[in-house]
Amino acid sequence: MKITLDIWRQKSRNEKGRFVRYELEEVSPEMSFLEMLDLLNTNLIKRGEDPVAFDHDCREGICGTCGMYVNGHPHGPVKSITTCHLSMREFKDGDTITVEPFRARSFPVIKDLVIDRMSLEHIQVAGGFISVKTGSAPEANTIPVPKKNADEAFDAASCIGCGACVAACKNASAMLFLSAKVSQMALLPHGKPEAKQRAREMVAAMDDMGFGRCSNTGACEAKCPKNIKITNIARLNREYYKAY
Amino acid sequence: MSKVLYSSISQKFIMALAGLFLITFLPVHLGINLLLLNSDPEPFNRAAKFMSDFPVIKIMEIVLFAAIMIHIIYGILLQIQNWIARPVRYKKSNRSETAPFSRFMIWTGGIIFIFLIIHFFNFYFIKLGLVEGDPYNFYDVAWQLFTNPLINIIYWVSFILLGFHLYHAFHSAFQTIGLNHRIWTPLIKGVAFIYAVIIPAGFSLIPLYIWIVSS
Repeated sequence: MKITLDIWRQKSRNEKGRFVRYELEEVSPEMSFLEMLDLLNTNLIKRGEDPVAFDHDCREGICGTCGMYVNGHPHGPVKSITTCHLSMREFKDGDTITVEPFRARSFPVIKDLVIDRMSLEHIQVAGGFISVKTGSAPEANTIPVPKKNADEAFDAASCIGCGACVAACKNASAMLFLSAKVSQMALLPHGKPEAKQRAREMVAAMDDMGFGRCSNTGACEAKCPKNIKITNIARLNREYYKAY
Repeated sequence: MSKVLYSSISQKFIMALAGLFLITFLPVHLGINLLLLNSDPEPFNRAAKFMSDFPVIKIMEIVLFAAIMIHIIYGILLQIQNWIARPVRYKKSNRSETAPFSRFMIWTGGIIFIFLIIHFFNFYFIKLGLVEGDPYNFYDVAWQLFTNPLINIIYWVSFILLGFHLYHAFHSAFQTIGLNHRIWTPLIKGVAFIYAVIIPAGFSLIPLYIWIVSS
């Protein structure tokens, strides 16, 4: 396959970026999207050019590192997958693919497609935990948890913090991320003692980080690689109101 | 405590509550307007007089204006924060997954606000004595006004955009106040759709009827 790439290149945080076009031949449909970028970088290095910087780690769809905006979609046009799971089979010979970093004031570009997602970390640190003694795991059946709650908490906990919700949202809002982090605790007895403090502090941290405000557009849910539901956002709102 | 007043969720909560209040007002307004379809001016003029003289309604009028102002101020405030949150836009963006009417809330809202000013010049300012007209015969004022095709077009376009605004606003407000339910939310969305069609259609029917009958 022959692919044309229109990629955002930016040398550093403070320098202006621009789109650069690259022609790439010998792309195999069996390649993953990141392998295709690896091929591009190999070619660039051979030519003595600076390779395209992009985030990646596990390449198994579980770490949430590989976020990029592919042809107008966070993680590309296929639903419920991360960029690393995106296959070149999804594209046709001769296609032009636009690759951009996730855009948000809270996600400044570090280099090329690599963004700083510490803003999500700050939200998590503000209250996304329970204060209990760790050590040997207690007997699992000591605290009964209704099956429905356990399932919903598990679904919320599957958020990998990739930031696709922020990237997809027209307002660059982090409400889906925050709602998942609050919900996974709010649904379980372990999270109850610090529920109020958690809701207050995490919402305050989100606002401080400069994310946009939720307009209930549903784009985050549609683009989340882990299918986090916006019912969590309604739960977050309830948790917040209960906290005051 | 001061944090709660400025937080994003609180701002949205206040805007949603003000919006829901405005949603309850519209059917009342429409109900009275439908009396304009009666060939006898008396019932409409009596209803209009009741609405301007009855003390409880007078208090509600203040609440209504407060709700409009709060809804507008918070709407603009939230929108500015949203614009600031994404300083660099995407080169290639796909918005197909974004609920269609949610994308234009600030614009439909802005046009409704302009319409509201025109509407005030047409009716409310007559009551206040700011614009010439008979404040005791709004029936004739309306029947005279809607013989003008340009005014009719302005009203119809505004009502269509009001429908777009209402559809997203109605179900979005429930989500904002924390109500999202497996069974109820689809039902609320259905009611929102019916409401967003019936209310603007009802409002549009009146100038259309007057225009047809007069011409």
